[in-house]
Amino acid sequence: MIRICPLREFKVPVFAECISPDVFQGKSLKEIMQLEVWEGNTKRPLGELFKIEESAEASEEKFTILIEGDVSRVKMIGKGMSDGEIIIKGNVGMHLGEEMKGGKITVYGNVDRWAGSMMKGGTIMIHGNVGDFLGAPYRGQGRGITGGTIIVHGDAGREAGAYMHKGLIKIYGNADQFVGYSMHGGTIYVQKNCRENAAACMIDGTLIIGGNIESILPSFTIEGVKKKVKIDENEVVAAPFYLFLGDLAENGKGKLYVSKESNPQLKYYEKFL
Amino acid sequence: MELLIKNGYVFDPLNGINGEKMDIAIKDGKIVENVNESHAKIIDASGMTVMPGGVDIHSHIAGGKVNAGRLLRPEDHFKDVEPKTQITRSGVGYSIPSTFTTGYRYARMGWTTVMDPAMPPLEAKHTHEELSDIPLIDKASYPLLGDWWFVLEYLRDGNIEECARHVAWMIKTTKGYAIKLVNPGGLEAWGFGRNVKSIDDPVPNFGVTPREIMRGLCKVNKLLHLPHPIHVHTNNLGVPGNYQTTLDTMECVKDLAEEDKPAMHITHVQFCAFKGEDWRSLQSGAEDIAKYINVHNHITIDMGQVVFTDTTTMTADGPFQFTLFMLSGNKWVNHDVETETSSGIVPFHYRPKNTVHATQWSIGLELALLIKDPWKVMMTTDHPNAGPFIAYPQIITWLMSRKARELTMKKISPKARSRSLLPSIDRELSLYEIAIVTRAAQAKVLGLKDKGHLGVGADADIAIYNLNPETLNPSRDYASIQKAFQRAAYTIKSGELVVKDGEVLTHKYGSTLWVNVELCEPCEIEVDKDMQRRFKEYWTVEYENYPVTDHYLRASHPITVKADV
Repeated sequence: MIRICPLREFKVPVFAECISPDVFQGKSLKEIMQLEVWEGNTKRPLGELFKIEESAEASEEKFTILIEGDVSRVKMIGKGMSDGEIIIKGNVGMHLGEEMKGGKITVYGNVDRWAGSMMKGGTIMIHGNVGDFLGAPYRGQGRGITGGTIIVHGDAGREAGAYMHKGLIKIYGNADQFVGYSMHGGTIYVQKNCRENAAACMIDGTLIIGGNIESILPSFTIEGVKKKVKIDENEVVAAPFYLFLGDLAENGKGKLYVSKESNPQLKYYEKFL
Repeated sequence: MELLIKNGYVFDPLNGINGEKMDIAIKDGKIVENVNESHAKIIDASGMTVMPGGVDIHSHIAGGKVNAGRLLRPEDHFKDVEPKTQITRSGVGYSIPSTFTTGYRYARMGWTTVMDPAMPPLEAKHTHEELSDIPLIDKASYPLLGDWWFVLEYLRDGNIEECARHVAWMIKTTKGYAIKLVNPGGLEAWGFGRNVKSIDDPVPNFGVTPREIMRGLCKVNKLLHLPHPIHVHTNNLGVPGNYQTTLDTMECVKDLAEEDKPAMHITHVQFCAFKGEDWRSLQSGAEDIAKYINVHNHITIDMGQVVFTDTTTMTADGPFQFTLFMLSGNKWVNHDVETETSSGIVPFHYRPKNTVHATQWSIGLELALLIKDPWKVMMTTDHPNAGPFIAYPQIITWLMSRKARELTMKKISPKARSRSLLPSIDRELSLYEIAIVTRAAQAKVLGLKDKGHLGVGADADIAIYNLNPETLNPSRDYASIQKAFQRAAYTIKSGELVVKDGEVLTHKYGSTLWVNVELCEPCEIEVDKDMQRRFKEYWTVEYENYPVTDHYLRASHPITVKADV
């Protein structure tokens, strides 16, 4: 296991896409210290910014990187990783696990924007809040998450799961506006409340809202009331849900489940059934 | 400044020089008979190929449309970044690179003159500002005139001379180079959500047909003595079965040709050589078009070769872009330019496993190889519509090597492979023919007298490639050909060394070419008065703010012609 601690507080962003099991694996501690990162407009060796040590734990199955301390200005940790594990005890900066293909990232703290952007596989577990654009693609691109799982135990920001094509996002807190924007597939589960414009421009896929949402977009049509909803193999929510289909403005056939109990204001939809 | 290029193998088709070992002398930006060897800077080109600087007849590099494409596609930029160096400026972009990057990348490949083929007159100022910002190359732009209301009105009334005067005013005012027609009549119809289906389909509200527009502007072109014939993007572009429209288009100006000059240049013919009823039965119509061009001399074309990559399509052809948007479901920009034209942008990914895309790839190469005379078919990708211009080296290898073609053939859709004519074509272009299709023919049809050749008095725009024609076997050494054309050993622009071994040595600017059409004096004043009078009714801008004044051009290079009206 490689243990990393920041040596000082970072005033400007640090681009550290080299902090990834794929890059560290097979390198000696000295070589890891020599890896280059950008701090603002200056290139520096990794060892100048972080204290890096190796602690051998025999029981360890997978290559693991443990980051301890505040790295909220460090961007692109775990970019493109395909195997191994990163554990972060502290807050993390933007683009965590961008385009990751496999492995696992666990964060005990808050995460900034663009976490899991364009991810293709693997798991990101966040025990805290997450910023805007969770799993959303780079501006302009039409493909967000195409595989993998993101689990957030806190709240998520705007446009979580935008342009999602496949995979699973679970948010056990609240979600801000435009959750599941232009979804093409996959599943998003928000346990608590959502702000407006959920599932706007949805083409396909499933969005499940377990809490309150003020209103459903007019381009969604009610399909029925379901007694329970299955989120994945391990999780089924046994409570009544309204099922809406849409977004009809995009000829979409996505499924939007909204909790019946938390949304008495949607009761008038029932007369259309 | 004096330069002497020694011992290179020179390919200069316009002067009939085919791989002769000779020296080229340069003085004050021009090619001269000889220079004093003791003063001149000497470039040793022994074992290398020397050609005139590349000329691109059709490449969307500047203007409102290109810039809208940049805004539409941030994802096109972030994966292709050029950091600044001591000499060069930074830039981004793969299919729609920023202005500086455009200039550097062309010069690195040995290209020195590039024509932007679609300038809505209303956006001429923007276009020229961008053109002025492109370093290292000479450039020009063709105003879109095929759907301008005044043209349609005068042609409906059969008033060719008055039409010619107004076209002349427009070319001069926008500092344009040639008359560009895009889907003649169709763009005006698109303003009402419609299109024209053949060259005899009348334009709504005007009653004039595409045939009349093309014939009329062809006559106008003749009256004005413009250096380049009318530059046509045909009707029904990108519609299966459209090769028939292309044949009709070529036939309709047959009687207007003069002996030494073609009457029409049809651009990116790959997109309008589709045979078949629908996308499923799409086949190549290249054979029929090649047959026609082989026996007629009034037409020149360029390829519009498809490259398998993620690119951005942008044309003034609004209805065609709408079709693409419906096909791809991708992002779409649609725009109407007042009384003048329309335009559209859709990002597009050409995939080898897609039968339609692979057939398109095949059509472009079939055209280039089946048309016997290389002076009639030029190499382009219609940048960025069928692929970015940085793919030129790869296209050169496809043209020069059957083996390179076969290698790509293996990767394409089996259905497209079985329909392709390429396996039956053995032809491989020589370096001499490559010099024709990439520079000499383009300069000739553009009427650029000082470019595209290395005769005494020509502009000293020269590309030197690290290829030894004595030892080179193009059909086998395609990899080294591609490498050599990607990074020119030397590029010389206006007598100055600007690129060495693919690295840019200096950041300087080329000039903007435009045609200064001189009408007879009373006509000039009259047409100006007429335009001034009609501006309030027809445009949202004032007459005084419309013309591109000289200070918009960093280095202005007017070509003066005297019109017959």
